[in-house]
Amino acid sequence: MSVVVQGLTKHFSPGSAPAISEVSFEAPTGGITALLGPSGAGKSTVLRAIAGLEIVDKGSIAIDARDCSKVRVQDRNVGFVFQNYALFEHMTIADNIGFGLRVRKRKRSQIEARVSELLDLIQLPDLRRRFPGELSGGQRQRVAFARALAVEPKVLLLDEPFGALDVKVRIELREWLHRLHDEIKITTLLVTHDQIDAFEVAEHVVVLFEGKVAQVGAPHDIYDQPATARVAQFIGGANMLTSEVQAEHAAVASLRVGVPAGVLNGDRVQVLVRPHDLRLTRPNQDTPDLNLGEVLHLRRVGGYVKATVRLANGQHVSVECPKSEIDALGIIQGESVLVNVREAKVFAEDYSI
Amino acid sequence: MRPVSLQQYRRKSAARPAGGSVILKWLLCSIALVCVGLLLVIPLLAVFINAFSAGLGAYWKNICQPDTLSAIQLTLLTAGIAVPLNVAFGIVAAWLIAKFEFPGKNILLTLIDLPFSVSPVVAGLLFVLLFGRQGWFGPLLSAHDIHVIFAVPGIALATLFVTFPFVAREVLALLQTQDSNGEEAALTLGASAAQMFWHVTLPKAKWSILYGTILCNARAMGEFGAVSVVSGHIRGMTNTLPLHVEILYNEYNFVGAFAAASVLALLAVVTLVLKRGVEWRAAR
Repeated sequence: MSVVVQGLTKHFSPGSAPAISEVSFEAPTGGITALLGPSGAGKSTVLRAIAGLEIVDKGSIAIDARDCSKVRVQDRNVGFVFQNYALFEHMTIADNIGFGLRVRKRKRSQIEARVSELLDLIQLPDLRRRFPGELSGGQRQRVAFARALAVEPKVLLLDEPFGALDVKVRIELREWLHRLHDEIKITTLLVTHDQIDAFEVAEHVVVLFEGKVAQVGAPHDIYDQPATARVAQFIGGANMLTSEVQAEHAAVASLRVGVPAGVLNGDRVQVLVRPHDLRLTRPNQDTPDLNLGEVLHLRRVGGYVKATVRLANGQHVSVECPKSEIDALGIIQGESVLVNVREAKVFAEDYSI
Repeated sequence: MRPVSLQQYRRKSAARPAGGSVILKWLLCSIALVCVGLLLVIPLLAVFINAFSAGLGAYWKNICQPDTLSAIQLTLLTAGIAVPLNVAFGIVAAWLIAKFEFPGKNILLTLIDLPFSVSPVVAGLLFVLLFGRQGWFGPLLSAHDIHVIFAVPGIALATLFVTFPFVAREVLALLQTQDSNGEEAALTLGASAAQMFWHVTLPKAKWSILYGTILCNARAMGEFGAVSVVSGHIRGMTNTLPLHVEILYNEYNFVGAFAAASVLALLAVVTLVLKRGVEWRAAR
């Protein structure tokens, strides 16, 4: 039951910039695929197109290797979960969950049994006769999941399912979704702007910017090998520094990184450094000035310290290191430190925000 | 925790207006109450006092006049025709305008408001021009012996016209403020368009439909201008209650006029009580 999307393009009004443009990817059978991107990137449009709620100008959608671009919403057999739950407020929880079966004219006893089964699955067996208005946000969203699953859809489409929940409930529901998916193994597409959602829940991530696919891959691949500087910055937060190439290398403080082929000496490149790939130590007599930095701010965040350091070339970097390390060295604000760079990645393309 | 509703908030803050003095509050309230009393309560009372001025017996005799009974009957019949038709039309039109993009949408919106902006008398004349003896369809109608003007169909048409916007406007306002996620959820669950409308949209719009219906009904029973033009004022035949009241009054039959008016006022009061009930239910 994989979902294969090819060349999806849609304009909301003629002549305007496309909401999505040539979007292609594959969501493998039984896995969770996250569509990740900032708001306005077209993630929801792609998801709604797969559900049949949005008609695209161009492109094809295949569910389970069968083209369904022309199939009606009702016949696509997808489960859709909305950010605002979209429960039927005038129906009880049981009637909400059983809605899909009722419109399919299933037998009453059959519906009853399925509803009970799903109420157990979402761990809310006692709420059968309540109304959505009497439930908390997290409970409502679980009911929305159950309603979508009741008709045994081929794919589950989740549109920012945790977006309207507070942090604690969000974390709980994320873990719950993970367990649920382990149990039922349904092909799932998750739209989110939150990289933690994507990284904790999904096995595959499709990064979208401005209606275009920027990168597709496993979460750790995208984190370790970002395709562009923009992906790098969006995923995981990063320092983006500029450096002039000398002798086929770009230099950042203590580290010299090889540059990709085709980059000439004297070119300016972008160098990505993750905040936790920087270490601060005490300088000694031999430390070259170029590797020194001045600590501008130190801020404690739980067990971590976030520091802002001005490098010798004037660029600022943020550094994250364990509190114990900073305490042991006794580094304080305003001091000169040796900046060690463990890892950095060079991007030769033009970078703009 | 549930957010504090507007009503709860109002109740809490009613005792002390924010940023205003207590004297000002009482002054404004008094002015409002005096205006309401002068313009609404006293006239309504006057209707009933005048109606019963010659005693209960005389009141009942006037009500039981065949012409008055026929006027009551015609008024109910007219409302009975106009209200259901406008409810059906109003729901469909509101649905179309709120949920779909189509050419001519703005024209439809303007047309729905037309009866609000056109004087009812003009509306009545319009029907006379169309269906009257000298009107566009006059010869055709008389050839088939169909009477529209100075007959019940004309009265129903005129009433239909002036009460056109009530339901559509009420339902449209609701549908436009709500998203379609519920409807979309129903579709993804396999519901047909009809099932979606019946199970999701209609329950959602229930109270605004009822509210629009009540307003529509109030106007249908009370309409004077448009009906007056097309009715022909034939006693016991084409007189609705408002027209009958005017005739009795012009004939100096004050008790009769006010007795008929009291029936109309009673219908209006019942309608308003219903409306209040609907608002109360909808707010919960």
